[in-house]
Amino acid sequence: MKPTPSFNRSLWVYHLNSGSCNGCEIEIVAALAPRYDPERFGVKLVGSPRHADALLVTGPVPNKMKERVLRIMEQTPDPKVVICVGTCGESGGVYYDSYSLAGPIDDVIPVDIYVSGCPPRPEAILHGVVKAIEKLEQLQGGAT
Amino acid sequence: MIEQLGGFLYVVLGTIFVALFGIGFGLGVLGVDRKLTAHMQARIGPPLRQPFIDIRKLLLKENIIPENAISWLFNAAPVFALAASVTILLYLPIGGLPPVLGVYGDIILIMYLLTVPALAMVTGGFASGSPYATVGAQREMITMMAYELPLATVFIALAWRLARAGVQDPFSLASLTSTPIWSVAGPLGIIGALILLIVLIFVTPGELSRVPFDTPEAETELAGGLMVEYSGKNLAMFYLAQGVKSVAMASVIVALFLPWGLSEFVPGIPALGILLDFLWYIVKVLAVLFVSVSLIRVAMARFRISQVVTMYWIYLGGLGILGLTLLFLDSLGGV
Ligand code: SF4
Repeated sequence: MKPTPSFNRSLWVYHLNSGSCNGCEIEIVAALAPRYDPERFGVKLVGSPRHADALLVTGPVPNKMKERVLRIMEQTPDPKVVICVGTCGESGGVYYDSYSLAGPIDDVIPVDIYVSGCPPRPEAILHGVVKAIEKLEQLQGGAT
Repeated sequence: MIEQLGGFLYVVLGTIFVALFGIGFGLGVLGVDRKLTAHMQARIGPPLRQPFIDIRKLLLKENIIPENAISWLFNAAPVFALAASVTILLYLPIGGLPPVLGVYGDIILIMYLLTVPALAMVTGGFASGSPYATVGAQREMITMMAYELPLATVFIALAWRLARAGVQDPFSLASLTSTPIWSVAGPLGIIGALILLIVLIFVTPGELSRVPFDTPEAETELAGGLMVEYSGKNLAMFYLAQGVKSVAMASVIVALFLPWGLSEFVPGIPALGILLDFLWYIVKVLAVLFVSVSLIRVAMARFRISQVVTMYWIYLGGLGILGLTLLFLDSLGGV
């Protein structure tokens, strides 16, 4: 289904930790705190992937996590965007070449937006969310 | 025959009006709550129409029914919750307007109706077949049993005091609103009634599953609890029910404790009186929800489920009985 503008103003985010070192989590929490207040734009952290419009995935996806990541991806109702936070998810980062990786994330699920940094600053994460909204806007302008 | 038809039309049109008003105002109330909460946390907060945007978005989303859910029950629960919430509003006076179904029910009926949306949520939670939702549903039932005691104490104490003061039919909402408790009670009774008001204000967040009594929906431990498996249209319906229920609960407090209107200040112009009463009612509902939902939500953290029960049964139940006793002592001296 084609997303409408109401989508951009009410992006509910589910945070999925797939083997991250917790550095990215701390920055995500910092991005959600009153200083940046993403709730101004309707961004809200939700507890269940069923409620989510955006998946915020961190970490390099170890073998054991692969199945869970796929499952959470399927549990999220369409339309949705996937935002990969941190260098780990992009390339493996400090875990690059590890024997236990199934990832990086885009080997497991399709990723829409990449946010680089180890960990990325809260500003960068918010920028990623803005990019996600821009992408949604393109979809609304373009074909169904 | 014509009269019956007229009555029928009145009820139907009234129901449609109340449903639309309840849903619109309910969402507005949620928006105001979010904005005020944000300001109290030194944030800017979402725009007031945020809940409307959320609903529009949720209606667009895919509606997933989990494989191991009982699908008809899973789909029926949100409808029940919304319908029951609107039904409560039908029995409550809105502004200066009499309740649409006022002649058919009283405060006891409202007490029962208030449990129906919660029961619908419990049913939906159990039907969704997720362990998180099951734990959430159990907690919701425990919370329900816990807040029922203080709630019943408040209603009964007020109605009983009115009966002592010689009011006919003390349980009906018409007599509860036309003779506010403050007008019949003496000084002791007024202290008692204030205590009961505080009890009712603390029952409200439990009734609406808001912080600090949102144990059934605990985002952090239960991942949304009862709602965990709901998405899209069904989630939107629960969202609407939440708004309507907030309005209903606030209207109960307004009807019991703050029933005064403004229409007597503009005698002779009935239309203006009705309009003023209506706006005044909206102000009162917002004020009640500000104290009982937003303020408490910002000031407190979530209770554990065992603490919820202690809080409601021992502390608030105790306070309720204290209020009842004060009203009793008052009636001994006063009448
Ligand atoms: S990107 Fe860096 S901070 Fe983020 S999870 Fe990986 S190692 Fe940790």
